[in-house]
Amino acid sequence: MMKLTGGEIVAELLLEHGVDTVFGYPGGAALNMYDALYKYKDKIRHILGSHEQHSAHAADGYARATGKVGVVLATSGPGACNLVTGIATAFMDSIPMVAITSNVSSELIGRDAFQEIYITGVTLPITKHNFFVNKIEDLPHVIRQAFKIAQSGRKGPVLVDITKDVTGASANYETGAPYAVAVPPEVSQSDLEEIARMINKAKQPMVYCGGGVAASDGGPALKALLDKSEMPSCFTIMASGVLDHKDHRNMGMIGMHGNVASNRAMDQADLILALGTRFSDRVAQNMKKFGSKATIVHVDIDKSEINKNVVVGKSIVCDVRDFLERILPLIEEKKRSSWFEKIGGWAEKNYKPKDDDSVLKPHQIIGTICGMTRDDAVYVTDVGQHQIWAAQYIKHLKPRSFLTSGGLGTMGFGYGAAVGAQIGCPEKQVIHITGDGSFHMNMNETSTAVSHQLPIITVLLNNQVLGMVYQWQGAFYGDRYSATTVERKTDFVKVAEGFGAKGYRASNLKEFREFFGKALEEKGPVWIECLVDREEQVLPMIPNGGTVEDMIIG
Amino acid sequence: MTEKKEVISILVDNQYNVLSRISSLIGRRGFNIDTITASATQDPEITRITIGFTGTEQSLSQLLTQMGKLEIVREIFVLDPAESVFRELLLIKLKADKSVRSAIIEIVDIYRARIIDLSKDSMIIELTGAPDKIDGFMKMLDCYEMVEFCRTGVTGIHRGVREYTRFED
Repeated sequence: MMKLTGGEIVAELLLEHGVDTVFGYPGGAALNMYDALYKYKDKIRHILGSHEQHSAHAADGYARATGKVGVVLATSGPGACNLVTGIATAFMDSIPMVAITSNVSSELIGRDAFQEIYITGVTLPITKHNFFVNKIEDLPHVIRQAFKIAQSGRKGPVLVDITKDVTGASANYETGAPYAVAVPPEVSQSDLEEIARMINKAKQPMVYCGGGVAASDGGPALKALLDKSEMPSCFTIMASGVLDHKDHRNMGMIGMHGNVASNRAMDQADLILALGTRFSDRVAQNMKKFGSKATIVHVDIDKSEINKNVVVGKSIVCDVRDFLERILPLIEEKKRSSWFEKIGGWAEKNYKPKDDDSVLKPHQIIGTICGMTRDDAVYVTDVGQHQIWAAQYIKHLKPRSFLTSGGLGTMGFGYGAAVGAQIGCPEKQVIHITGDGSFHMNMNETSTAVSHQLPIITVLLNNQVLGMVYQWQGAFYGDRYSATTVERKTDFVKVAEGFGAKGYRASNLKEFREFFGKALEEKGPVWIECLVDREEQVLPMIPNGGTVEDMIIG
Repeated sequence: MTEKKEVISILVDNQYNVLSRISSLIGRRGFNIDTITASATQDPEITRITIGFTGTEQSLSQLLTQMGKLEIVREIFVLDPAESVFRELLLIKLKADKSVRSAIIEIVDIYRARIIDLSKDSMIIELTGAPDKIDGFMKMLDCYEMVEFCRTGVTGIHRGVREYTRFED
């Protein structure tokens, strides 16, 4: 039994949960909390960000890259509010995160005190659950519960708001243990047998992988299934890296910017095995026509996803990896070569960008990066055209190595997430691919990478427009480029140097190769600005509400 | 797809913010609810929330599974009309001078309602009953001049003995 302050009890509880790194930003209401962190600074490393939003993305990137729970701290009011986009990003992509905010003292709650905000109310729809703590004796239960909820079932963010008087008060504290994460629902043998029969019988099956395959680390189990029963497979952006790009069963990305082969195979399949995915409007763009020739089997840990967007023929609520491992013995060996041949024919129609070494083509930039990085490099993107190009052209992804804001589509996600990934995986190369629009939202986070000497390489595709919106305005709004031709004069080389980072500007592939090679040798952050033509488009593309029949290949 | 009326009973932890957690989810997902009531239960740690809901089979299943994900929800179930009792309370104020008073009293008697306030030119009537009985009563009073009314929204309970189980699947 120890007499500790509330802040120290929080620190003890973090240690109990194996947390040795937190991201955050101090403030008035958080003084007691940060005073405790000062005492625990040898055990808990605190990474100070430049803005709470980036710190939240850092905790998120740390969680995505390592599989552990990301922890972010912030003060009351504006500090807590600044977390909101970061928490929502994690919520939409089911990333385990615990956000701990400080609030004003209990006696000031509800009086519109300085920097008071009702953050549990604000974050109600973007957290799995949240807690308000105004009694010190509640801390152990609440923090343990927060970690349990963040990691149980479909993972996600949990917020704990603690009043300043609680972090400052003292109480006896007895060490304990984390609460056990909820056991996923048992897979019934009869369901497994029924689904196995469907797979064994299917002539033209298609596996449709979502983020749940990545979250359950189900890649190897999926490969084992495909080795036995050859089935073409496609992935959503959230499942990038679960299947090797070289794997002949991997047909590539599905959906709005997915390729012809994947989308057509989904359309023509007689069985769709949907694994840990939610039929989002970027994949099942036309929810009525999606997979209309197929019986759809949906495997997901979240019961509320069943029949939410697309009504399916058979569903099973369980952990995806559990499912894959348990169904394997019931699966018959199958080759399905004629089905693969058919898809191979469609794959010939896949969009193929043309090389041009005299300028900088997005696919060649990304191809060059992939040729120069190690196999286990982690790629982090922002949101927009560069994000989709990265998803389409990075060819050697491993699990947990493509970090992107898939659900919320948060511009400004990338740098903070890259910081989190590099802190979590110091031995890996972290490549941040961004655009000039997104980078203007988060480049200040470079200061954090400089402080901690994080060798994050930012590859900035600068086309001087807000490219994705620009492309849509060109395609569907009669070239009326409303607020997308940014005309900024930012000198990125100078700005990089101003932050204490290295900056380069490349205008052709040869230069880019040279600068990227130099960047790989650096100990700190580097920016490489790549001048890209603004008419470069993300192709192929299926317009909103369309099907593969409406695909624009270019 | 056809829409149905259902009464849903939710047993939740009796703590800070429960009603806003429920109503926030309803707002966020756009569930079409008719009524919502909250009340104490025999267990001081548990609150009962009763929702009157109109929707398709699919939207009902979304409501049940999304609600079921809330940490505060211990149990959620649809009250089967054949196995349950539903009640609602109506207070209705009518303009009524002596020319119509006796005709109204006749309807009140038939429905076993009660007059709980009377003045020279108005009366307030109270009626407790299943929602469709209240609908019928109000229809009967249609031809009189109404000043205002309020209904509590439906509440309901299963017949027989049941035990609480934590919502898991």
